[in-house]
Formats: sequence, C-alpha cells, structure tokens
Amino acid sequence: MPVFFGATFLIFALVYAVPGDPIDALAGDRPLPPAVRAELRSRYHLDDPLLVRYGKYVSGLARGDFGTNFRGRPVSEIMKQRFPVTIRLALLAFAFEAVLGLVAGLVAGLRRRSLMDSLVLVSTTVVVAVPVFVLGYMAQKLLAVELGWFPVVGIRDGWRSYFLPAVVLGSLSLCYVARLARASLIEAMRADYVRTARAKGLPERRVVGVHALRNSLIPVVTFLGVDLGSLLSGAIVTEGIFNLPGIGQATFSAIQTQEYATVVGIVTALVLIFVLANLLVDVLYAVLDPRIRYR
Amino acid sequence: MWPRRLRRSLAAVLAAGLAGCSAGGGTDLAAGERLPDGQWRGGSFVVSANEPEHLVPANATTTRDGQILSALFTGLVEYDPKTAEPRNALAESIHSDDQRLWTIRIKDGWTFHNGEPVTARSFVDAWNFAAYAPNANGNSGYFNKVEGYAALQAERPTTREMTGLRVVDDTTFTVQLKDSFSQFPILLGFQAFYPMPKAAYDGDLRIRPGYEEAPIGNGPFEMDGRWRHDESIRLRRFAAYRGTPAAADAVEFRIYSKTSGGYEDLLAGNIDIAHDIPPDQLAAAQAEFKSGFVERRSSAFYYLGFPQWDNAFARKELRQAISLAIDRKAIVKAIYDNSRDPAYSVINPLVPGSRPNACRLCDYDPARARQLLAAAGGFNGPLTLWFSTSAENEPAMEAAANMLRTNLGISDIRFEVLDFAQFLSLVKARKVTGPFFSSWLMDYPSPHTYIAPLYTAGAATNRTGYANPKVDEHIAEGDRAPSVAAGITAYQAAEDVILDDLPVLPLWFGKTRAVHGDRVTHVAIDPFSRIRVQDIQVVG
Repeated sequence: MPVFFGATFLIFALVYAVPGDPIDALAGDRPLPPAVRAELRSRYHLDDPLLVRYGKYVSGLARGDFGTNFRGRPVSEIMKQRFPVTIRLALLAFAFEAVLGLVAGLVAGLRRRSLMDSLVLVSTTVVVAVPVFVLGYMAQKLLAVELGWFPVVGIRDGWRSYFLPAVVLGSLSLCYVARLARASLIEAMRADYVRTARAKGLPERRVVGVHALRNSLIPVVTFLGVDLGSLLSGAIVTEGIFNLPGIGQATFSAIQTQEYATVVGIVTALVLIFVLANLLVDVLYAVLDPRIRYR
Repeated sequence: MWPRRLRRSLAAVLAAGLAGCSAGGGTDLAAGERLPDGQWRGGSFVVSANEPEHLVPANATTTRDGQILSALFTGLVEYDPKTAEPRNALAESIHSDDQRLWTIRIKDGWTFHNGEPVTARSFVDAWNFAAYAPNANGNSGYFNKVEGYAALQAERPTTREMTGLRVVDDTTFTVQLKDSFSQFPILLGFQAFYPMPKAAYDGDLRIRPGYEEAPIGNGPFEMDGRWRHDESIRLRRFAAYRGTPAAADAVEFRIYSKTSGGYEDLLAGNIDIAHDIPPDQLAAAQAEFKSGFVERRSSAFYYLGFPQWDNAFARKELRQAISLAIDRKAIVKAIYDNSRDPAYSVINPLVPGSRPNACRLCDYDPARARQLLAAAGGFNGPLTLWFSTSAENEPAMEAAANMLRTNLGISDIRFEVLDFAQFLSLVKARKVTGPFFSSWLMDYPSPHTYIAPLYTAGAATNRTGYANPKVDEHIAEGDRAPSVAAGITAYQAAEDVILDDLPVLPLWFGKTRAVHGDRVTHVAIDPFSRIRVQDIQVVG
C-alpha cells in the first residue's frame, strides 16, 4: 500500500508538472473558443489543485475507474486493449530468453573452454553490444520484408506476429541469462556440496541435474523475475518498430501528447505488476533453496 | 535492400516450406472487375492510416480524422481534387444577395447509411450541436460567423440553437451571418459542416455514446464493423449513395503508429497504398515505385514570424534584409531533398486565387540584403531563433542561421528549441524574444484562410501581433465583396501589403505523398492531403 500510494502520487505529480497546457496542445495551432476550453478544463479537473485532483483520481480508482483520456476514451479500455498485446509479447520473449538462455548457459558452463563455450561467449558479447533498434530493423528488413518469413508489422497474424519482435526483445536478456547461468553453474560445480555428492558416488546426472543446477538457478531466477516485470512494462522501441499496439507504445504516445490520465493509469498498473513479479520471485526462491523456506 | 538474385534463390529454396506462411496470409483481398468502358469496379484494398483522434465531424480537427470522415460523409460542397475549386456536392444551390443571409437548398433523396433521409434539419442540428460550448467540440469555432453563435458560447448557455439558422422546408434552410462573408460557400466543404443523422444524438443534441465507434454518415462508404482502435477501420461501399459511387467495394484503413511501418508493409506486399513515407526513404521509394509514387503539394505553409512586441524587429528593412538573405531553394534542396517547395507568397499555390511569385522580397539577393540591413541601422545583440522539437526543424534552422551569418554578418545566433506544447504556449503568451518558426494549414481552399487568421489585428491566431489597418481594410473589403472571385482580389491586395511589411517570412510549402502497388490505380491526393479512396480502382 505505501509503495502503491507513493508511486502513484509521485507519477501523478510529475506528469502534471510538465510545462505546457494539454488542452492547448490538443487543439494544435487553432485555439479553442474560451467556453469550449473552460468546459474541457472542468471536465478533466484541470483547474483543481493537485491534491484535490489526486484525491478524485484515487477515489475513482477505488471504484475501478481509471478515468478517460482527453479524447474521451476510457483509460481502462485502452489498457484492456493494450495489455494483452504486451503480455503476449512479454511471455514469448520471456520463454525465448529463459529456455534458450538457460540451455546455452548450462551447455557452456558444463563444457568449459569447449567450442560451444567460446561460441556462447562471443555471440552473447556481440548481441549485447548491438542496440535493440538496429537488431529490430535488421531482423524486420531481412526476415520479414525481403524473405517474407514473418509478418512485417502489426498483430494480424496471431502468435506468428509476435515471434520476431519477441526474439528481438528477448535477445538482450537472453545473453545475460546465458552468461549468468554459465557463471553460477561453474561456481556451483566447484562447491563443497557437489564434491560431497560426487564422493557419495551419486551418478553425474544427479549431481549436476539436482544439486548443482538447483543452486545455480537462484541468481538466474532473480534476474528473470525482474526482467519479466520490465518486459511487461512494454518495450517502446520494439513495439514501435513492429507496430505492436502494446503498453510501451501507448505510454510513449501518451507522454508525447500529455495524456495524463493514460500515463498515470498505465504506470499504476505497472506498479502492481512489479510488486506481484517480485512476490513471485520470493516464492520461487523458497522452492529452489530450502534454507529460505525453513527460515 | 537485398540483391534480387539472392532473394529469388533463397525464396526458391524455401518456397515449399514457407508458401503457407507468407506474410500477410491473413488477408483475402477481392480483385476488381473490368467494365466494358475500361474502368475497374469492385474489389477491395488496404491503405495505411494514422489512428484518428475523433470521428465526430464537429470534433474532428486533424488530417487523419478528415481522411476517414471524407469517405464516410459528403458535405454541401466538395473541392476539385486537382484545382481545389469548390463545387456543389449535396447542395443544389447556395445563394445570397448580400453575402449575409444565405439560402441553401439541398438535393432531394439522399439518405444516411441507416436509411434516414438527409434533410435541412440534419445540417441545422449538426451545426447547433457543434457550436454548443458544453459539447466541447474542437470545431465549434468555425461557426463564429453565424448569428447567435455567442449565445451558445456563453458561460452557461441558455439556448442550444443559433438564431441565425432557420429550417425553411425539408430541403431548404437559411443561414444568417453576423457580417457579410463572400467566401462562405467555400467554407461549407470542411468537415465541421457535414450533416449528422438523428441516430447520432442522445436526447438534447448530445452525442450518443458509441456513435463515434461506428459513425453513421452520408458518404460513398459506410462503416463495416466498429472502429478497431490502433488496428483498423473497415469501410464498404454505401449501396444507396446518390453521388458518384465509389469504384471499389471495400477499403480497409490499417492503422500504424509510425509512417515507416506502413511503408515497410507496402514493400512486403501486405498493403496496397502507403500514405506518406519516411523522409529518408523518399528517393528510394520514387525509384522503386515510379508511377506508383504520387506527390502533391499540401496546404502546409511554413514561416518565420517576427515578434511585433520586440522593438529589435520593428524596422521593416531589417525583416526584408533577413528575407533576402535566406536562400529558400538551397535549403529546401539540401535539407528536405525537395520534399518541400520554396515559398514566394503567403497564400499557398494550392488555393485558387494564389499568385506563386507574389513576394518580391523572397528571392535570394545577399547584396540587397546587406544594403537593407545598413538602411535599418544594422542588428545588435544576439539573434535567437525559436522553434519546436522536430527532426525536421533543426537542420533547416541551422542552414538559415548560417546564411544570416555569412550574408548579413550577424554572428551571434542562438536557438531555443522547445517541446511543441511549450513552444505554443510561449508564442501565445508573447514570451519569445526572436523570430519563431511555425506553420499553418488551411481550413478551406480560399486565400482568406491564409490571410485573415494570421494578419488581422487582434485575431487569436495572429501569432506575431501584426497590425496594419490597410490589411484589415482589404480583408473587410474581401469579406463584403459581392462574389467569391471579387473577394479573392481584395485578399490579394492584402497579401501585397503583407509581403512588403513581412511580419512573417514565407519559407516553404509542404508536400504530401502516397505510394501504391500494382493492384490499384487512380490514386490521388486531395487538397487536404487526404487520399481520395472513392476514386481508387482495384485492378488485381
């Protein structure tokens, strides 16, 4: 609760502190007649002091009302339309980075100094160094426009539309996951309990698969948990390149057009998501590490 | 771009496996049918669009709104797509003896998409709805010339009807203006003046919730389903349309958040027409699409305004010197790759009654510029150029500043680059301390739209604070003139005075583009930068 109120009030105050009048920006070059302008300002409580406005907003929230944007569209409707897009993209990107990242990291970690290991190290370094938008436009140009393997933009082709953007979006975190998994597995393999397990004569598969792996996953899960939160908060660049009408794009354009209600609504929802993602990570720790569970 | 050979060989190798999942496989677009006269009819096509802001005509202020509405509605007047000359569409006649009391007769037998007849009442109600301040319509200002408008804009209006509007019979209504206005018929084609059906309202002329999601109009196309926000808007031909019917059966506006998205989708063959293309792709698009590349002048007028409240710019010789020191042609070529046209008038050449070379002080003449600067007593202190953040603004201002440095020896030139909303509020508050770069779009294709709002003393959109009784007099004379044409002559006289005073320097005029593939022909852009979807024929 304190986190929730603190975060929403902060974003509320910040958003409304932006200079420039949103109603004027709405009208563009043509000034609105004074009476129309006054009507719009009172409709959106723009003449109230900040605290009163915040109070009205929070009491609306309590009734599940996120308010409307300056074009009269309910913010809840915008979120209902945008979040599924971002969730699909985030889940696909998450699956991609988690599965491929873990596999690459574990293979590299188990066969240290092998060709596979070097390959993973070099390729992850390269991908981390390339900005996402370069990766995105290259993938779009090559795989979608030229070769036609994937849809170029939009979400009209179901899950297939999300594949390329998800790969682009997940590629950076994939590298982190791979390197993290590799490093922590190597460390775990050197740990006392692994030596003990081996001394007990356990088969290698059980030593690695149960004892080493489970422990080496803790930092990876921490990373993945935080990353899932940030994936769900939308990817402005990737969503932009592939024209996915998700949360990232909505936030970006709402900031540009000073659509306060949309920004505040989305950020409020994101605060909740982050809190939940962190909770999930804490629960997972307990599953992975008995010491945490019993404490 | 990949070499075509490589593309083909790769495609051949993978053809079998990928045939089923070629991009855009989800759309089944019908082909047109060739008629004996060689025209094509039927079929459907997809055109890129931006998410509209509003689809209620009274509230629709942007070009993106106008694009959709122009397909859904037909106004009293329409404009020739090439010359921008107005002609009657739904109007049978628009007549006035004194340019103040206008009698409008509409054609009989037209209906809205829901079957409701279009009557004089459909217009009068729509206009009253638009002008009533509590409805907060963005276009309500367009009715300020109508008698009784002020009462609807009072703080607590006691009436919902403008006294100047009167229904005579089903097909006739009269409009009484506050003052004579010779250009009134030209105004009537703008989207603010479209008729609306009874089904649009909820009780006391308030908009019915949900109307905007599937607007019922009277145009060549009707909505096919609802407005799918940020995804698409589908239209189909309105079978009972009484005007020139649309050539195609259906059109889908596919919504992109960036112009590059639509263009890439066109390149991949997923859509038929991309409306506007990213500036850096212009040359490539022209080379690749050749006859599929359509370009036309837009109504945008870009200018540098001089703050009249700042004494530093009070001498007109100084403004003239700055004008003569800027090589518009060179900037347009170097910075915009000729995607804009240099401006030598303040009235856009797109408009009937414009004179493309009206400005005698807009040519590039550094020698004369220096003479005039000397006559003005030179320029002291820093020169600050104000403009809003946009990738396109800064390089052009940079180039102009360099020309002023070289040609006039003004060495200390600074920039104030602001976010648009902030820029606008500072200009309005008269807080900018130097020339500001801004633009203007037309509302209706009459010279009036480029003159009266910008240079009439005290007008809300007169950003420079310019005031010259001679200009006001010419504008008033034009408004009172006995005909559209006579009015235009007077506005031209006003333009001559303005181009000598130079409260703003004309810099350039915008252009707009569309690129299309082989499936469609007759792709034309109208004077409002909208694609004429009703004319487009599907051949493939």
